Amino acid sequence: MDSKAIKIAANKVQVHYGDTHAIKDVDVEIEDKTVTAFIGPSGCGKSTFLRCLNRMNDTIDICRVQGDILLDGEDIYDKRVDPVQLRAKVGMVFQKPNPFPKSIYDNVAYGPRIHGLARNKAELDEIVEKSLRRGAIWDEVKDRLDAPGTGLSGGQQQRLCIARAVATEPEVLLMDEPCSALDPIATAQVEELIDDLRSRYSVVIVTHSMQQAARVSQKTAFFHLGNLVEYGETGQIFTNPEDPRTESYITGRIG
Amino acid sequence: MAISWLLLILLALAVIGYFTGRSRALSSAGGNVRELHSLPSYYGYNVALTALVPALGLLMIWLLVQPMIVNSTVSGLIPDQALPEGADRGLAMSEVRRVSDGLDGAVAAGAISQAQASNADADIEELTQTLKDAGQVLTQDITQPILVAAQKYRSMTTTGSVAMQVVVLSLALLGAAFAYIRTHKEFRARNVVEQGVLALLLLAASIAILTTVGIVLSMVFETMNFFQLHSWKDFFFGGTWAPNFRGGSELSILPLLWGTLYISLIALLVAVPIGLFAAIYLSEYASGATRSVAKPLLEILAGIPTIVYGLFALLTVGPALVSMFGDGGMLGVGWMASSNAVLTAGLVMGIMLIPFVSSLSDDIINAVPQSMRDGSLGLGATHSETVRSVILPAALPGIVGAILLAASRAIGETMIVVMAAGAIAKFSGNPFEAMTTITTRIVSQLTGDTDFASPETLVAFALGLTLFIITLGLNIFALYIVRKYREQYE
Repeated sequence: MDSKAIKIAANKVQVHYGDTHAIKDVDVEIEDKTVTAFIGPSGCGKSTFLRCLNRMNDTIDICRVQGDILLDGEDIYDKRVDPVQLRAKVGMVFQKPNPFPKSIYDNVAYGPRIHGLARNKAELDEIVEKSLRRGAIWDEVKDRLDAPGTGLSGGQQQRLCIARAVATEPEVLLMDEPCSALDPIATAQVEELIDDLRSRYSVVIVTHSMQQAARVSQKTAFFHLGNLVEYGETGQIFTNPEDPRTESYITGRIG
Repeated sequence: MAISWLLLILLALAVIGYFTGRSRALSSAGGNVRELHSLPSYYGYNVALTALVPALGLLMIWLLVQPMIVNSTVSGLIPDQALPEGADRGLAMSEVRRVSDGLDGAVAAGAISQAQASNADADIEELTQTLKDAGQVLTQDITQPILVAAQKYRSMTTTGSVAMQVVVLSLALLGAAFAYIRTHKEFRARNVVEQGVLALLLLAASIAILTTVGIVLSMVFETMNFFQLHSWKDFFFGGTWAPNFRGGSELSILPLLWGTLYISLIALLVAVPIGLFAAIYLSEYASGATRSVAKPLLEILAGIPTIVYGLFALLTVGPALVSMFGDGGMLGVGWMASSNAVLTAGLVMGIMLIPFVSSLSDDIINAVPQSMRDGSLGLGATHSETVRSVILPAALPGIVGAILLAASRAIGETMIVVMAAGAIAKFSGNPFEAMTTITTRIVSQLTGDTDFASPETLVAFALGLTLFIITLGLNIFALYIVRKYREQYE
């Protein structure tokens, strides 16, 4: 696989939650237009690290982040960077589908409205349709855009949330275990969607399912006890890991 | 024997029952606790409860029913012509009770003998004098029929209470014996005790419900009496409130309802924005330290008795408003003549409702899941955009419910309006004028020397029932909305 431009570069990142040292010295380079999977046992810090990438940890009082995280060469923890603007560029999809208690249309239009991406109603309609198509849910909801988003099934809700994240035209899409609340059919649909999204975005996905990491990602990072143990091509990690801890994890001996 | 002695005996019986039941269970298992179906204490509780609960229940019913039976029997003994001029049977009955108490007291004090007290042919004047000398309270001289009735009352009450003690105690003994005989290692005492406790819980719940039903029924009967004396058309559709105790009153609820709704509206206009903004600040922006100080402080407002708010309205807010809007006031408009006004009552009632609105809204805003906030922040919305576009819409049904509950509080509020709203019933849109409310009129119709046979007094019940129905409707509607909202996230 040919190497691509580096989208996000993290350098010596440390995260503390109060007295807990959650992330220790993590260096990682995430490529553009690639799906990168973060795997590791529960509590290893992969979700915490993911939330550092769009400064969602800022909303937690006791959380401190040190080190550099560069997005396109710019430090996102620089004082001049507005975390709100950053989050428009680095979208996020959460573990549990969390559509707003609004109509499907308004859910998707939420981001574009806030950021003024549409000049008029027609443009907004277009963005909503495009995003729902990209979220692979357009055909299921096109006749009931006014119905509440909370009335959809779990899998549909999650794809709606992805469409909602895509609507703000982010450059990076962070996904925190997006399929953990979904059944296998919905999971397959979301995975297919992730594969499509790769053509336009850099996607980072946290997952507990190693099969899922193997199916959707090109690069995989293995976290253990707050350390980044191994990072490389997905095929390499799963067939020929360098570190014994990685091997133990993927063969099911630790977890 | 007084009721307290009876209760003490029952209690002692229960305690004895507990220990004997427990030891019988243990001995039936040969002292081995593991042979028993239940823990030994359950066998004890079973005996104690079986002795105590039915006996107490019977005691309660007896205490309620006996006076009714005695009253109706004795009241039949008083002939119509024996009633004093203008007095009704109820007054005569209270005289009977007083005489009967007087006889009891005199016997206890040794002024007369038991036989003298029961002697139907006793010399009335002499007896009256004896009772008065013995320090018993009599409002008038005893007449022959009253004396006969009082003696009958006395004897029935005495017989009744002796019978009650015998029956209650034997029921307790029977219960204890029954449970004691049933006590055996195979007996499922735990299940029986749990069922008994369940029945007690059920009883507590049904007492609360039955009381509500009783309150409603008593209001309904008095209201029906009222509508027999006064036209319902005037009450619901008339335009004037002019009670006149000499008769010919016009008693329409509409001007009062107007005053009530007008004052409540002003109260809500004050309470809803302030309470809601306070709730938003506290739940979304305040730091933990601020919140832990500010929230209890705000809730202190809710603990102030409404009469104190009334004083505040009367002494502070009213005069302050007059000095602004009154003749020669700061604004020089001369709109407000007296400190009793719709605006005064509305403002103070609004202040009273602030903690109510803010506390409920705060809970509702906190109940919006964190994932909603994360979702919005993750899309690049600011905190304030999140509050405005996601959290408030999500919490809106609950907030509406809170406002409706506050409205029903405002409509039913009494003390503040009694002290600050005035007493003039009229339709007016001017907030600087005095107006009156349903609750104020209920107070004024029922305080003082009242006669529960005139429409001017009975109208209070019709007003109260209407008020009750309005607030009940609002509460049900509010709870429906709040519950519907809760379902969304569960």
